[in-house]
Order: sequence, then C-alpha cells, then structure tokens
Amino acid sequence: MAKYIFKRLLGMIPTLLIIITLSFFIVRIAPGGPFDGERALPEAVKANIEAKYHLDEPVLQQYGRYLFDVVRGDLGPSYKYKDNDVNYYIFTSLPNSAVLGSVAIVLALFFGILFGVMAALYQNSWIDYLTMAIAVIGISVPNFVVAPVLQLVFAMNLGWLPTSGWYTTGEGYATIVLPAISLSLAYFATIARLTRSSMLDTLRSDYIRTAKAKGMKNSTIIMKHAMKGAMLPVVSYLGPAFAGVITGSIVIEQVFRVPGIGKFFVQSSFNRDYTLIVGVVIVFSVILVIMNFFVDIVYALLDPRIAY
Amino acid sequence: MENNKKVILDVKDLQTYFLTDAGVVKAVDGVSFSVREGETIGIVGESGSGKSVTNLSIMKLIPSPPGKIVGGEVIFEDQNILDLSEKELREIRGDKISMIFQDPMTSLNPFLKISTQMIETIRLHNKNVSKEEAREKSIKVLEDVGIPAARERIDSYPHQFSGGMRQRVMIAIALSCNAKVLIADEPTTALDVTIQAQILELIQSISKKYGTSVILITHDLGVVAGMCDEVCVMYAGRIVEKALTDDLYKKPLHPYTEGLIKSVPRMDTSGSKEKLFSIEGQPPNVIDLPPCCPFHPRCHKAMEECKHAYPPRKVFDGHEVSCWLYATDEEKNAVLKSIGSTEENDK
Repeated sequence: MAKYIFKRLLGMIPTLLIIITLSFFIVRIAPGGPFDGERALPEAVKANIEAKYHLDEPVLQQYGRYLFDVVRGDLGPSYKYKDNDVNYYIFTSLPNSAVLGSVAIVLALFFGILFGVMAALYQNSWIDYLTMAIAVIGISVPNFVVAPVLQLVFAMNLGWLPTSGWYTTGEGYATIVLPAISLSLAYFATIARLTRSSMLDTLRSDYIRTAKAKGMKNSTIIMKHAMKGAMLPVVSYLGPAFAGVITGSIVIEQVFRVPGIGKFFVQSSFNRDYTLIVGVVIVFSVILVIMNFFVDIVYALLDPRIAY
Repeated sequence: MENNKKVILDVKDLQTYFLTDAGVVKAVDGVSFSVREGETIGIVGESGSGKSVTNLSIMKLIPSPPGKIVGGEVIFEDQNILDLSEKELREIRGDKISMIFQDPMTSLNPFLKISTQMIETIRLHNKNVSKEEAREKSIKVLEDVGIPAARERIDSYPHQFSGGMRQRVMIAIALSCNAKVLIADEPTTALDVTIQAQILELIQSISKKYGTSVILITHDLGVVAGMCDEVCVMYAGRIVEKALTDDLYKKPLHPYTEGLIKSVPRMDTSGSKEKLFSIEGQPPNVIDLPPCCPFHPRCHKAMEECKHAYPPRKVFDGHEVSCWLYATDEEKNAVLKSIGSTEENDK
C-alpha cells in the first residue's frame, strides 16, 4: 500500500508539469496582452513595464524562470492587481470557496445518497418520483436562477436567513446556508441519480439474492451487503466534483457576495493576467489530481478485488 | 411406491405467475412434489421450464412485482410457508432451508470476507453465539466441505478462491446453521467438469452425514442418475413425469423424458458413429399459453387431443405421468367431443 501511494504521488509530477506548460503557452498564444489598453502605451513606458516583468526575454527563458519560481512555491506577481502577488490572492480567497464548497458537497452527499437509496428501495413509488423530479430540476435549472429564488423566498419574504455576505466579514455563519444549498443542488441531483441506478443494479445481483436466502433483514442487506458496491460510482464521481466545488463558483460567489476564488477564474482571463490565470489553473489541477488520488485509495479500500 | 420416511417438505399445486407487459407467464403452474427426510429429489428440465422459479417460490424469494405466487401450498414443519410473515420467513431462510446457487462467482459478496459472510449467517440464526464461537464453527464447517487450511483462508475474499472452492464456501454457508432442506440450484453448471463431480459428491456425503434433504435442480440427467432418489421432470412450468430414479431411467413414460434420456451421451454405446439424439424444436413461449400439452409441437407421438387440452395426471405404481398416451378412452373422447362441438359451432 505505502509503495502504491508513493508511486501515485510521484506520478502526479509529470501530470502537473504538462498542465503548467500547456497553460503557460496557451495564455500567451491568445491575442492581446496584460498591458494592452484602449490607448497604446508610449514605447518607452511599455519597454519599462515589460523589462520589470521579464516579458522582454525570449519566451523559453520566461518559461524556465516561471517554472523555477513555481517549484519554490511562488506563483509570481499579478500583472493587473498591483497590491499583492498571485499567492496572496489565491490563498486569501481559496479558503472561503473551500468552506462553502465543502458544506455544499457534504449536503449533496448526505441527501443524495439518502434519497438515492430510498428511490431504489421503493422504485416507482412516490418517493422515487419525487427524488427524480428534484434531480431533474437540480440538473436542469441553472444556479443563477436557483440562487435568486432562494434569496427571495428565504431571505426577503421569510426573513430567516441573510441575503448575502460572508462570515469572515462578521456577518454570521448563517450566511453559509443559502449559497451552500444553491451550490449543492446540482451535485445532489447527480449523486441521487447515480446512487439510485447503481443501488438498483446491486440489488439485482446474485449476492443480494444469497443474502436474502440467508434470511437477512432488508435493512441489514442494504447497509452491509449492497452499500459498498453501490457506492463505487458515487466515489469516482466525487473526486472531480469535490475538486470543482471547492475551487469556487463564479455565479454563486457573485450573487451571495462570497469573497471566493471563483471570480479570479473569469477576471484573470479578461485581464490577460498571465500569472494569475496559470496560478488558478495550477491550484485547480493540484486539487483535482489529489482528489483523484484519494478516489483511487478509497476505491481500493472499498473493493478488495483491486490490486495495487 | 412405498416409502416410510417422513415427508419434510410438501409442495402442493404451486402456481407462480409473472405478470408482464406481454402477458401472463405461468412460470410454475400446478407443481406438486414432496421431499422426504434425508432423500435427494431431482428437478430436471430445460432452461425456462420453471425449475428455478419453483424453488425460489419455496423460499418466497420471487421478485415481486412482476412475480406472484398465485396458488398452492408449501408445507414445512406443519405450516404453510407461503402464509408466513416476512419475519417468520427470515427465520426459516438460511437456517432450516438453505440454498446454493448456480454461479459461485457472483453469489458470494465480493466486497466482504468469507469469515464475515459466514459469521453473520450463524449469528443471525443463533442469537446467543459469540463472534469467536461463530468463527470457530465456520472454520469447522469449511474444513467439513474440504477447504484446505480453512483457519488461514477464512479471512480471504471470494475472488481469492477458485470457482470450485467458492461453491464449497457456498455449501458451507448453507450448512452452517441447521439446514433440514438444502436447495441446490444447478450447483455445478458454472464449474469445470472435474470439479462438478467433487461438488456433487460433497453434497451427497453431506446429505448422508447430516440427514439433510436435498432438492437438486439441474438440466443434466447424468447428474440426477447418480444423486437422486426421485426425479421430477419439468416442462413449461409443469411436472410432466415423476418417478423413482431407477424407474424413470428403465421405463420413461413421457415422450419428453424418453427424448431427454436418449439425448444423454453414453459411454457404453462406444464404437457406434450414430449421431446423438436431440429433441427437435424449442421449448414453447409460455406467455398466455393456450390449453394444450405444451410439448405436443415437438412430440413424435402427438395426437389430436394433445392440441386441445392439458393431459390428465396418471399414477402407475408410484410413477406419475401427464400425457394423453396414458389417458383413458373416456377422457380422450370427452376432449375430442368438445372440439367436435366447437367445430360444429364454428360452422
């Protein structure tokens, strides 16, 4: 096991290197640059700026320099936000997105599995139809619709929860509730559907029939015999989903004024802010790669047939 | 047929239907047989003849919907199993009546250790047995069924065993409680030929040792010959012939049974280059089957009455058969007359 983990960790390095390299060059191929304004800068000023950020060097030399910085943990200066460097922007905003995302995914996981299992157990009953109806809504209604509706109902009309804000700015922990629910809906929907279909498959399998023939109670069969097998597809979905959800959602964070990392994904591209773009890409890929690694470990723990 | 052994399981006129969109499938239609203490009864038939459904019905394990047991009784220990509540059924399943299934590759839970799957069964039916005691008992039963180094191997997962070993584990689980009846649903179909013989011998020796009655479901008449005291031949959801094994082989009464016996390859006719006999045609589609002998399209002795009514059951010296060949003239005439009258009506 330890050897397997070590091997997998080592295998992450080339993956990340390829991602860094590709994104480094792709952002530079795109037309326009970070200092192109509506009015062209005087030649001398532009030359000065480029010299400061080493943009006058040959691109391979820039690449080497950047790589060297990244290895030391420095994602470089932002070309647009001059107050701080990329590290600062990412590591002040990422924790907020991560908290919101974690709450959302835990909600989605708990209710998704609960409803998915119920729907499978009582297939074609009202609970099955209800779950699948919520799931269809969750998948098809975009969160820029869900979020304002929740705000309208629970904040404006009922007044139970704050419309927006974030607990780090002293607006109370209740601020997490609405954005987390809006964010979790689509994930809940997917998890419920996955759980339902894989639970149905599992319940039809021979070893469940064996368990019944042994005289076991239905609830015991579900928990002890069916759950492990039925959770495998959910686990493999969860890796990428978790990586996606904790790196923020631009819409949810804008609507609920959450100071998360989501906005940087979009803003940095508009600004041609090379270092910030590549920075958020690196952060996202590191999280994704780690999540996939966890998924594989959990898989191996769940399914004894998987050899390392 | 004189037999003084006590009847332990009595299936009477069992009917299990599947209500599908295409129509009613009478998977089991009026099946009766009884299992005596310590005896092995064979149920033989082609795929789809209803032999597995019969036995799942005995345990009330038919997936419902679409399956439904619409009639009959299964008498076990003076009570009708089909009338029992789910809770009472669970106390019988796996304890007094155990099952082993066709495919040992998929019938054991791949995610759980053998020890877990054995101990849970023992403790389920013997509440005051501790985990350690159950474990010791499991090891003993595993040794009984011929698993070498059972003590070391009990904590393995099913995929670490070969097919034959897994079937042994299945048998061990079935035996770990107080099985009075063991239902073996094609226990050797998924196994290599050499392993098949070993598993059958194991089932036989267990039946002798513990006095367990066995219901052996198979499509292999060769297996039945060596194992069973009595045989039921099923066709399209009904028992067409039932007899002691020797009687059935010596003088099969039903043309279907005759065909089945002829189509078993034999060693003693070696030298002859004769083509192996086979019954022409396919088993019927049992959806909304009209009243007739379901075998008549494939039967070389088929008569007019076979097409119009299900044959009456006749018993000759304990040898039961349902075929128009053995019906009385009065019965035949009654059928012919009724067709005649409908034909007249048509005119």
